[in-house]
Amino acid sequence: MGLENKLPFMTTTLDTAINWGRKYAMWPMPFGTACCAIEFMGVVGPEFDVSRFGAEVVRFSPRQADLMLVMGTITQKMAPVLKQVYDQMPEPKWVISMGACASSGGFYNNYSVVQGVDELIPVDIYVAGCPPRPENVIDAIYQLQEKISHETSSDYA
Amino acid sequence: MDQSSIASKVAEQFKSKLVSSGECAGQSFITINPIDLVEILSWLKSDTELKFDRLMDIGGVDLIDHPSEPAHRFEVVYQLLSYELGHRFRVKVAVKNESVGVPSLWTMWGIANWMEREVFDLFGINFDGHPNMRRILCHEDFVGHALRKDYPIDKRQMLSRPVASVMTEKQEWA
Repeated sequence: MGLENKLPFMTTTLDTAINWGRKYAMWPMPFGTACCAIEFMGVVGPEFDVSRFGAEVVRFSPRQADLMLVMGTITQKMAPVLKQVYDQMPEPKWVISMGACASSGGFYNNYSVVQGVDELIPVDIYVAGCPPRPENVIDAIYQLQEKISHETSSDYA
Repeated sequence: MDQSSIASKVAEQFKSKLVSSGECAGQSFITINPIDLVEILSWLKSDTELKFDRLMDIGGVDLIDHPSEPAHRFEVVYQLLSYELGHRFRVKVAVKNESVGVPSLWTMWGIANWMEREVFDLFGINFDGHPNMRRILCHEDFVGHALRKDYPIDKRQMLSRPVASVMTEKQEWA
């Protein structure tokens, strides 16, 4: 109506405002167990610079993070650790499964490897690749932002 | 010393104790019984012409359903290297079944401690005289031995206990 140009305030819904804040300030908890974690160093480094998308504050304490990045092979022995770290993260929280090993076990189809971390924790975005390019990871964060923008506060009620 | 000279020197010394001998991938090997292991390997280590001072690796082999139908089910393979003289040698121990114990070499080579635990973990071969014969790679609740040929290839075993209880137990072991 053109009213916004004249008055010193704007109107929106509470969900939109909260989601806007959440999606541009994700704090990742890097659960890096293999070579995908090396690729993640490129993602946060100056060349690809994930801080352009607001997800650069890497927290090594799960209690300060809301985005878990599972990067690498998860063995059966590591599985309870992953579950415990995930449980320590406060709500709301999201999970990106990065690479073939985390998403499906990759080529480790054997006695010792979990065949996809979705056996243990809920996963929001899967990233293909072995390891994925940094652009793929940024695309995953971008898609997760899109997903967050459609959430409502009743999802966490 | 080249491979054939090592083989003939060893054969000369322990003629009656060799189960078999041969060559594979350009490297000589002998097969022996568990009871002679300590004697032969300590000789290989101390002999002035051989000086096998390094134990590079210990491996296990499961020969169940093997086309050659050997009299023993398992083999434990010791890879030796002389750091000073630059030659290698391979010693295989024929293990009839899992009830036969292989003498531990951890007093001769300290690294044998963890290598023998790995062979025990994945093949279930016991080492007599080992100070700490328990699993090293698979988790604590794992049942069976994963690299045996009769272990189901698609069988997976979850570690379901909470992490805290496992950690407490580990501290008790330490």
